[in-house]
Amino acid sequence: MADNTPLLRVTGLRTYFYTLDGVLRAVDGVDLTIGHGAAVGLVGESGSGKSVTALSLLRLVDSPGRIEPGSVIELEGRDLSALTEAELEQVRGKEISMIFQEPMTSLNPVFTVGDQIAEAVRLHEGLGAKDAWAKAVEMLRLVGIPSAERRVHDYPHQMSGGMRQRVMIAMALSCNPKLLIADEPTTALDVTVQAQILELMKELRERLGMSILLITHDLGVIAEMVDEVAVMYAGRIVERGPVADVFANPQHPYTEALLRSIPVVGMTYAQPLRAIRGMVPSPLEWPPGCRFAPRCDYAFAKCATEDPHLLPAGDQESACWLSEQGWRPTATIEVAT
Amino acid sequence: MTDDGVLLRTVGLKKHFPVRKGVFGRVSGHLQAVDGVDLEIAQGETLGLVGESGCGKSTLGRVVLRLLEPTAGEVWFDGTELTRLSARQLKPYRRDMQIVFQDSVGSLDPRMRVREIVAEGLEIHGVASKDEREARVLDTLERVGLSRDVAGRYPHQFSGGQRQRIGLARALALQPRFVVADEPVSALDVSIQSQVLNLLVELKREFDLTYLFVAHDLAVVGYISDRIAVMYLGKVVELAPAQELFARPLHPYTMALLSANPEPIPGRKRQRIVLTGDVPSPIDPPSGCRFRTRCPIAQPICAEQEPPLADHGQGHRAACHFPGTEIAVTSSAA
Ligand SMILES: Nc1ncnc2c1ncn2[C@@H]1O[C@H](COP(=O)(O)OP(=O)(O)OP(=O)(O)O)[C@@H](O)[C@H]1O
Ligand SMILES: Nc1ncnc2c1ncn2[C@@H]1O[C@H](COP(=O)(O)OP(=O)(O)OP(=O)(O)O)[C@@H](O)[C@H]1O
Ligand SMILES: [Mg+2]
Ligand SMILES: [Mg+2]
Repeated sequence: MADNTPLLRVTGLRTYFYTLDGVLRAVDGVDLTIGHGAAVGLVGESGSGKSVTALSLLRLVDSPGRIEPGSVIELEGRDLSALTEAELEQVRGKEISMIFQEPMTSLNPVFTVGDQIAEAVRLHEGLGAKDAWAKAVEMLRLVGIPSAERRVHDYPHQMSGGMRQRVMIAMALSCNPKLLIADEPTTALDVTVQAQILELMKELRERLGMSILLITHDLGVIAEMVDEVAVMYAGRIVERGPVADVFANPQHPYTEALLRSIPVVGMTYAQPLRAIRGMVPSPLEWPPGCRFAPRCDYAFAKCATEDPHLLPAGDQESACWLSEQGWRPTATIEVAT
Repeated sequence: MTDDGVLLRTVGLKKHFPVRKGVFGRVSGHLQAVDGVDLEIAQGETLGLVGESGCGKSTLGRVVLRLLEPTAGEVWFDGTELTRLSARQLKPYRRDMQIVFQDSVGSLDPRMRVREIVAEGLEIHGVASKDEREARVLDTLERVGLSRDVAGRYPHQFSGGQRQRIGLARALALQPRFVVADEPVSALDVSIQSQVLNLLVELKREFDLTYLFVAHDLAVVGYISDRIAVMYLGKVVELAPAQELFARPLHPYTMALLSANPEPIPGRKRQRIVLTGDVPSPIDPPSGCRFRTRCPIAQPICAEQEPPLADHGQGHRAACHFPGTEIAVTSSAA
């Protein structure tokens, strides 16, 4: 592969839904780069466009949704929009695979987990039935399911939530993808089970050397799992950079407010939380200018009319007019070194 | 309030659900959702309740309010034992004890206007005249940070955070003394969650409210609670003042829970205890200590004897044969 071609490069991605209420601009100009072997986090509020971004990368957006012309998604330099549906099928699963928040909706209840993994490998790796089955057992073992050779005959409903999520990971990894997209992979799980799954993902990433795009609204999970983070607000990426920098000195006022508003262990109710006022705007009608301006404590005249794009600020980038003055210290939380 | 300042007390509270024939055609048993809980909540106090999915938190909250009938045990509210009261005798207490649910969408009737939703309890309890009720509704809406003109709208016209405020207004219109808040912020966005938490604290101060606050987010529970009870498979395994619990957890389950909680601080060296296995079924819980099947420090005695919720001073109680034992960490990766 070319040395400086990133694994994935997304430029100006826009995905709109043509609904009865109007055009819903769910993803509205997203730029994102994921390097080989990198772990990138995507955070943001509910409805900010994280899942639609992920589905767009796999070109899995159905009507009334549409990836708008001019959106560019390149995998190792190949433009995915130029591929036929059959070629895309080869990309999905084999080069990019995805795990979802609710494994029950993506696992087929009428087939055993073994059948489902074996089917995926047969399709993509062209293995025979026997080898595919052996691979299924091996994958279950890899994700830490005890007595894998027995559990491979289980139906999804016979497994706990944590085990089903492991099966999903096994299935997603069965064809050695270059990029794993994990959309809220642990949100439905308890913290102690979440801890197991996060450890597993870290370990597998190291072992298999794949890249990860981890989507979550849990800033704690992000802090632990990724090297770089992108923060979404209202259909756009408003800030990105190395996770330690972004959390220590967020450059975009939304990131800053978000980090200040969450209670951390040790805080008590004697001290009010610094809430973000107002509400998330509607994707049917984004505010003019900067979309965060109506809720922003720093907003000035220009923000109400002119839409900022990502500007460099130290090692970070921030879509905020404040960044025209360069990097600013914000020191939201103490960062252990 | 009773002399000792305790507003609510449960004694040996149990809720078992009968289990009819399962998928494998097995004979019925009992699901021990809540299995012998003794708790006290002082007037004006917030008791946080944490534990994994299915451990019985919501069931406990509902049994305390007698929205579910207990299988055994007592619930004392302000010096009166509630479980033996008839529906009529219970009615005045219903006004004092309210609940706010996680699912603000599901718990608000979509065909009712906000005005009717908030006024419903007032009507049921025959509080005040029609005009006074309207005034009370509008007041309460303002108290929870909604404007008066939302009264004529329907629930679906609001965002999640606003709907949660409507749920709160409904609970508070009757001016209760005790509120069970069952995951009141779990479904909300981070930026909205802090608005609602601040509101809960303000209301507590203003009305001297007492909360039983159920949540699975440890930072949230730690923030809002005076004391925290940790539940595992229908039982309270540890109980302590909030800061004390974080500083000095005694039960291995609490230690694992705290160490598994991801904190938004990149680069922090994590000393994490990763538990193996899944939560056992509450239909057939392990003998002795219920946590022993996942416990990294379990000994033979743990299978034989159930450890009592023993007092360790400073209001700190833990149900473990080996409380405070240091546990080897599984991972210390950043
Ligand atoms: N199939 C669809 N039809 C119409 N609108 C959609 C569809 N899928 C998503 N949307 C809208 O697109 C916007 C972005 O949704 P998306 O699922 O990407 O949010 P998200 O950031 O993943 O949120 P969450 O954290 O809640 O998962 C939302 O306003 C959503 O309602
Ligand atoms: N009406 C019911 N009939 C039978 N079983 C029930 C009923 N309600 C709850 N249960 C069971 O009781 C146990 C405790 O459930 P409960 O809802 O109290 O848990 P929880 O701690 O609130 O969990 P979560 O964090 O997921 O809300 C679970 O095993 C649940 O399946
Ligand atoms: Mg999503
Ligand atoms: Mg519950």
